[in-house]
Amino acid sequence: MAETFTFSLDGGKISAHPGQSIMEAADAAGVYIPRLCDTEGLKPQGSCRVCVVKMNGRTVAACTQPAKADSVVESETPEILGYRRDLVRMLFHEGNHLCPICEASGRCELQAMAYRLGITQSTKYPYLQPVRPVDASHPDIVLDTNRCILCGRCIRASRDIDGKNVFEYVGRGIHKKVGVNGDNLADTNVSIDDRAIHLDICPVGCIIQKGRGFFTPIGKRQFDLAPIGGEEKGHEE
Amino acid sequence: MKKRIATVSLAGCFGCHMSLLDIDERLLDLLELVEFDRSPLNDLKRFTGPCDIGLVEGGCCNEENVHTLHEFRANCDILVAVGQCAVMGGLPVMRNAIMHAEDPLRECLETAYLDSDYVLNPTNSIPNDPALPLLLDKVYTLADVVKVDYQIPGCPPSGETLWHTLDALIAGRQDRLPYELIKYD
Ligand code: SF4
Ligand code: SF4
Ligand code: SF4
Repeated sequence: MAETFTFSLDGGKISAHPGQSIMEAADAAGVYIPRLCDTEGLKPQGSCRVCVVKMNGRTVAACTQPAKADSVVESETPEILGYRRDLVRMLFHEGNHLCPICEASGRCELQAMAYRLGITQSTKYPYLQPVRPVDASHPDIVLDTNRCILCGRCIRASRDIDGKNVFEYVGRGIHKKVGVNGDNLADTNVSIDDRAIHLDICPVGCIIQKGRGFFTPIGKRQFDLAPIGGEEKGHEE
Repeated sequence: MKKRIATVSLAGCFGCHMSLLDIDERLLDLLELVEFDRSPLNDLKRFTGPCDIGLVEGGCCNEENVHTLHEFRANCDILVAVGQCAVMGGLPVMRNAIMHAEDPLRECLETAYLDSDYVLNPTNSIPNDPALPLLLDKVYTLADVVKVDYQIPGCPPSGETLWHTLDALIAGRQDRLPYELIKYD
């Protein structure tokens, strides 16, 4: 058994062992820290910043920051919830999120995060309304990056689990998007059985399995039943 | 004194208004608390005076929508964007992002009135009667055009959500929607 140490998270004591991230230690202790680009089974990349916490007063990404002995970590404070709301809002404004017509609605982690954070009121941000092509070339799969939040989960799953590299980032800055390794999806060696295509990899509605449609009735969908991350917290806006 | 409420559907489908009817018998409670001014519910076409609350369904897709929205802003103390169309454009906003189109509005109209296999249009022309309001280059959200005080998400927001919000607004109470009533679809 490796040596363990403790740190405080919102006043509670969390134990961790060397090399564990704040997120891993919190997960092991059953304390949820919100996240979008991080998910079980993939290497963390710390890009969405929704898991932002303060460690000894400095903002860090909980999914990539190693836990430190005796550090003081804050997560569900008004300041940090404000950052998370702004981050999530910007994702809604950067892409085209027409939830009423989206197959992921009700099981979408972005939408669920907005619900958890209690986002109902309007923002100062403009809607960018990008125009990105929809790739329906493949017989079983559609890729609609108008809803992409650039979490890279498809990229990591395809590369690290499927060993295929079907998806990759292309472009930089505001022009950065997810592309495929070929002219279109039909041109790649992607398969409906790939881990990258599994419904729990894309947190939003970009990677769509054809022929399934709206398969769970409204009211019975994952986040109709319970908030993402379990018991809600930090709901005041 | 009863609160005065005005409502309107701009670039919306009337679904949000229909949803208000889903508050069922609480409509009677509502009528104890409010009086409707300009609204499709009573078919009043003009404001009879200043209102406490304006409920606006739908975004702006034509110049008449913009004109009406300015009238609502001028006459209502509190302006509420009701439903996804009013909040972020909703389904009509899809025309802003028609794939690869140089001229999305033209392409949208041509598909709707000329090119679709499901269109029977003997004149083979896009409707252009001077009585029709001029379409805007794109669909705008309410907040793009005027200051919006509150918004109620949902397509449509459920009767429960509308009741919860109206009840708080009428009582002048600060409130928030509980988790199960926050829906963007
Ligand atoms: S991806 Fe999620 S947030 Fe975006 S439209 Fe679909 S359900 Fe809504
Ligand atoms: S397509 Fe989906 S999984 Fe891939 S980066 Fe975009 S949002 Fe993430
Ligand atoms: S939000 Fe939905 S129900 Fe309301 S007007 Fe728009 S399409 Fe209709």
